[in-house]
Amino acid sequence: MSGDERSRFLRWIGPLLVGLLFLSAWHLAVTLNEVPFYIVPSPLLVMQTLMDDWLLLWRSLLVTLKVTAIALLLSVLLGSVLAFVFVQSRALEASLFPYAVVLQVTPIVAIAPLIIIWVKEPLAALVLCATLAAIFPVISNTTIGLRSVDPGLADLFRMYGASRWQTLLRLRVPGAAPYFFAGLRVSAALALIGAVVAEFVAGTGGTESGLAYQILQAGLQLRIPRLFAALLLITLAGIALFLAVSLLSWLALRGWHESELSREA
Amino acid sequence: MGNASLAIEIRGADKVYPNGVRALQPIDLRVRDGEVVTLIGPSGCGKSTLLRLVASLTTPSSGSVSIAPSYRSGRVAFVFQHPTLMPWARVDSNVRLPLDLAGVDRRQAQERAARALELVGLRDFHRAYPRELSGGMQMRTSIARALATGPQMLLLDEPFGALDEIARNRLDRDVSSLAARENLTVLFVTHSIYEAVFLSSRVLVMSPRPGRVIDEVVIDAPQPRPDAFRAGEVFATACARLSRSLEVAVEGSLP
Repeated sequence: MSGDERSRFLRWIGPLLVGLLFLSAWHLAVTLNEVPFYIVPSPLLVMQTLMDDWLLLWRSLLVTLKVTAIALLLSVLLGSVLAFVFVQSRALEASLFPYAVVLQVTPIVAIAPLIIIWVKEPLAALVLCATLAAIFPVISNTTIGLRSVDPGLADLFRMYGASRWQTLLRLRVPGAAPYFFAGLRVSAALALIGAVVAEFVAGTGGTESGLAYQILQAGLQLRIPRLFAALLLITLAGIALFLAVSLLSWLALRGWHESELSREA
Repeated sequence: MGNASLAIEIRGADKVYPNGVRALQPIDLRVRDGEVVTLIGPSGCGKSTLLRLVASLTTPSSGSVSIAPSYRSGRVAFVFQHPTLMPWARVDSNVRLPLDLAGVDRRQAQERAARALELVGLRDFHRAYPRELSGGMQMRTSIARALATGPQMLLLDEPFGALDEIARNRLDRDVSSLAARENLTVLFVTHSIYEAVFLSSRVLVMSPRPGRVIDEVVIDAPQPRPDAFRAGEVFATACARLSRSLEVAVEGSLP
């Protein structure tokens, strides 16, 4: 086996084998010990439930994904704007940044109930919670990125009479891109977590209920297989989100940034 | 050369940094049009500071630095110690940068960038990213960027210090022929005696920090110089003289 094949084998086959082993062990443990399905369902039963309850779960997934996507978009927009503002003025950054930190360190679970009370529109409340959870990495990473300008290039821009605007667009923004995308990966995960946490707290009923609500309901009704199925969907959604953001990052940085280059190239 | 007009005039300029470090003692320096003048001296002697003063990248603490009005701003080009390329931009965009910043029409800018790349022998690499180039090629890209504006004056801050000798000699030759052909005024900073002698019409030796000019050697040979110049009498004599001078410069500072 060549080194290349070997690394490909490790990248794909390794995790797959571990997953299969885990699932088999789970299945065997549950069936051999005759664990009741309302305590731990077997993986096969979870898959079965996922298919049976697909319509319900799929709708819930869409609700959760909608909240996540809007929150992530808002985080990117607001976070970038705030980062730009911070970079334009040290005084503003010094005055505002501590509050961004306060936002970050306050557990979203703790303030979600307040937000649910204050904001009447359920979707807006959920989005607000998820945005609060997700915005910080974008702010802090983009700010650092915009500040991390090669001093030589800054001199060069100054020498050739670049305007503030040109310096921002041609020097600071491209230089900040790797930092921004690193922040985006964290923010994407946080947006999903924020959305789920907010749904838990809100517990909104009806058709507008997300996956977290399904988990909550399934738990209360001891429909554990459905709970597992919903959990599985959330995890898959998280992975898909991560892959999507990674793809974006690759599209933007391939060719020039070290983080997106393969070793061979 | 004697009746050429002044390109750079430095009168009693010095530099004390805000932290109190004095980089330069008051210096007087005149460079005429079309001259290639080299500043040589030990590390930290303030030669880069002097160059940055000329480029208006920093201001003198006292005294004055002026460039003749015939040198329009934007046509004084600076080549840094490092290639200083934008890693996210391809070679041609990097070379085009000064023109883009000046709002030159895109097609025209593209043409001038292509010509500059041709001059430094990088025509085939215009679509490459900087990281795909060797150190020498990156430096040549940096020079092409300086040339793209059609400069009248080149300020070179130890541009080839990090390169191997073969690449350095080749680039020295290129700069020399270019300066002669385009009648460029060149102010060059280096550690290397050989480079200084090969390129310059005049070499100024600077003392350790705070720097001042302690010797001046005129290299009397026509420009541009062929490679064979390195083997000649004038070259050897000038190198020996500068070597002595630098030794005095360094030891003179010891207690």
